[in-house]
Amino acid sequence: MSREGTPPPLPPRPKNIALLDPRPPSSHGVTPTRPQLVSKPTTQLSFADSQTHSNDSKYESSSSSASRPHGLFGWNKPKASSDADAPSVRSVIPAAEGSVETESILGDVLGDHGHSLFQSLGNRFQNQESESLFLPDPDLEHAFEQEFNEIEDIDETGSNEETVLIKWRAKLKHFLILSSAGKPIYSRHGNDELITNYVGVIQTIISFYQSTEDSLKSFTAGDVRFVVMTKGPLNLVAISRLRESDSQLRAQLDALYMQILSTLTLPSLERLFAARANYDLRRPLQGTEVLLSALSDGFTRGSPSTMLGSLECLRLRKAHRHAIDNALLKTRSENLLYGLIVASGKLVSVVRPKKHSLHPGDLHLIFNMLFEAGSVKAGGGENWIPLCLPGFNNTGYLYMYVSFLNLDHPAEQIQERPRSSEGIGDEVAVVLISANKEGFFELRGMRDDLINQLQKNGSINHIRQAVKGGRFTCTDIVPGSPLRHFLYKSRGNVQFTMPSWDPYFNTLFDRRRLTCLYATLHAQVHAKPAALKIIHETTTTNISLGWSTPLFELYCVAPSTTSRAALSQAANKIVQWVRREEERLFIIGGAVF
Amino acid sequence: MADSGAAAPKPSSSVKLVLLGEAAVGKSSLVMRFVNNDFQENKEPTIGAAFLTQKCNLPTRTIKFEIWDTAGQERFASLAPMYYRNAQAALVVYDITKPSSLTKAQHWVAELHRQASPGIVIALVGNKADLAAEAAAGDELGDDATEDTDAAPGAEGEEDADADNADQRRVATKTAKAYAEEEGLLFFETSAKTGKNVAEVFTAIANAIPEASLKGPRGAAGGQSSLGRQEDARVNLGSVRPEGAKEGCAC
Ligand SMILES: Nc1nc2c(ncn2[C@@H]2O[C@H](COP(=O)(O)OP(=O)(O)O)[C@@H](O)[C@H]2O)c(=O)[nH]1
Ligand SMILES: [Mg+2]
Repeated sequence: MSREGTPPPLPPRPKNIALLDPRPPSSHGVTPTRPQLVSKPTTQLSFADSQTHSNDSKYESSSSSASRPHGLFGWNKPKASSDADAPSVRSVIPAAEGSVETESILGDVLGDHGHSLFQSLGNRFQNQESESLFLPDPDLEHAFEQEFNEIEDIDETGSNEETVLIKWRAKLKHFLILSSAGKPIYSRHGNDELITNYVGVIQTIISFYQSTEDSLKSFTAGDVRFVVMTKGPLNLVAISRLRESDSQLRAQLDALYMQILSTLTLPSLERLFAARANYDLRRPLQGTEVLLSALSDGFTRGSPSTMLGSLECLRLRKAHRHAIDNALLKTRSENLLYGLIVASGKLVSVVRPKKHSLHPGDLHLIFNMLFEAGSVKAGGGENWIPLCLPGFNNTGYLYMYVSFLNLDHPAEQIQERPRSSEGIGDEVAVVLISANKEGFFELRGMRDDLINQLQKNGSINHIRQAVKGGRFTCTDIVPGSPLRHFLYKSRGNVQFTMPSWDPYFNTLFDRRRLTCLYATLHAQVHAKPAALKIIHETTTTNISLGWSTPLFELYCVAPSTTSRAALSQAANKIVQWVRREEERLFIIGGAVF
Repeated sequence: MADSGAAAPKPSSSVKLVLLGEAAVGKSSLVMRFVNNDFQENKEPTIGAAFLTQKCNLPTRTIKFEIWDTAGQERFASLAPMYYRNAQAALVVYDITKPSSLTKAQHWVAELHRQASPGIVIALVGNKADLAAEAAAGDELGDDATEDTDAAPGAEGEEDADADNADQRRVATKTAKAYAEEEGLLFFETSAKTGKNVAEVFTAIANAIPEASLKGPRGAAGGQSSLGRQEDARVNLGSVRPEGAKEGCAC
């Protein structure tokens, strides 16, 4: 292939064309069923996607279930109870326990002793407890290990072209952003030269469908899912082998789009393309590729926050959070719009005007910038960052003061921080946002006052302890719980909580497999409009549960030796625990002025 | 070399300094070398602007630099006046391996002359000197770099880079130096990577600030705009600098 001059619009490799072959029958009209990332403010109660009860909780997966020997089970058989009962915990669980199913009975028999029973039998489940929840998948593991490696450029002679292309194609996930004229704007993997052909194909396919007034939303080729999202002058494309649902991929594309708006604002994005459809957007986006890549990599690693469209908070006693809220209110400076304290990617406290809530999508962009991308950290000192928060207002800029704290010496500015996102463990940032672009010293003064207050009233200590303490394990929460992990989202608060990844999910790959499992449950739970849904899934290695009510979503997983009854009981206990701890786990309202 | 070592407190004053220049020329790296005595390969680009402080001990006084490290991207250009408006000093940085960055630096100098405080001290800084062939020789200042060795190929876009350790210099010292003299700028070639000349730039600036414009720690001229306002900032003490601070700049 010639690497000079303008590349042909279609790649000459038949293999690629086959890969990109759209399959119209399965590709259309897939509408997202989950709420958009930006759709709900964090502090306001809204149940956008709670509709009527489903009396058909038996879910049929539309995706391949070849790898799931047991298929999928609805929790409740279509019994009267699931219709009539209010979606409360108590009303649901007994029904499940009472349902007559082979597995449940087996589960009841084995109960909590199942494990020792197997052990005493000396069968192959012997070390189940220490074994993975997932069957080994060396191919996937290998691909995942390579996933974040940089792809080298094709050299001058083109001698490495084939290997470079193989590496590119082996990526589990691609994100591409192109202009409607087909100009590449961003690609997570590969430089321009490498992606030009692919961009050409995708562009051709997109415009083909656009010309038929039937815009392309998604299609599958082999085990690869393509999702296309058109936003004004941009086409965003997600290409995933990780079996995520279209709406999950769409939420990820939406976050990338929000990142672009955050850099440019919507009017200026539109203006740039109105002047010239062929405009090269990479220029004004210069320097923000790292932010897009940090988001992309978060999605590839598996982001509970984006999947759930919600945020995690630092667990604090109610009185302790209250003291922090009060310090924020007391030291609030005149032009402050939002104030946040964030510890290692978890929200500690928020101060905001009564009439403006904060959008999870906006906060996610800020957290990504501060804790994942390293741009701000790497600079050292304090930062003053113009940015648009599209969930708040996509037409204008706000100005964000950022100062990282050294919890052991809070009065000092941190001048230097670890570069990698591994080191985020005990990073605490004060984030103060104003519409006044000359407000740096005002907010800096507020920061000093705030730190002073927080030191005086002992809050720094509380934050430090909470950060150092980390997340609980499942058995910290419920002694003896068979659960290995869970995600609990409070819909009303648009926040989630989860236990530590340790001790069972120590590697990124373990976590990815877990988040894949969650993604599957999440997709099933959201596939049908109903207020109350329970999804129950069993494989040879694990048993999992997805449970959605108007109040919460819960996803959890346990070893396959756990009975359904034990799993449901464990899930129930988590719900009870959250209810008890609600004001510690979540920010309810925040400090409002 | 703690700057608090001296028993008798020397008069101290603050100097507001802004770094300007194209993206990726090494502004943040220069600041990081100056403030933390550290360097990172493949530093991520600055977003917005960073504010840092660092003290510099002169024989007769202490200067506290309040540094605005701006992002060089075009979309931030309109915010630049906010940072240089009340600055007493500016570091305008280019990359000696990239001629277009000198052109950009010249635009910044012109803008500063038009818009900044009339007395502003400007240093033109050619960074990444370690990438020039003569860098290994370790000559002290850019000033007296030998005229023959830095005869950079005039052709700007030409790809005549050979091996990795070949001379990557594309801006001749004398070209930049002549321009700096013409405009009345301090001039240095630096390497944030090796530390070469970094402390020297800041010391030279500290020495070049007219005594009259130093009015005590809170005091320099025109501090009314909020971004120019002075604050007591904590200063990072005790960083250790291998390449000696020649003029007693304790940074
Ligand atoms: N070789 C070399 N590289 C440098 C030097 N200073 C900065 N860099 C590199 O140049 C890139 C851009 O540096 P940065 O400080 O972010 O530039 P800025 O955008 O002007 O702030 C980074 O990858 C640095 O590691 C230097 O003196 N020598
Ligand atoms: Mg920088």
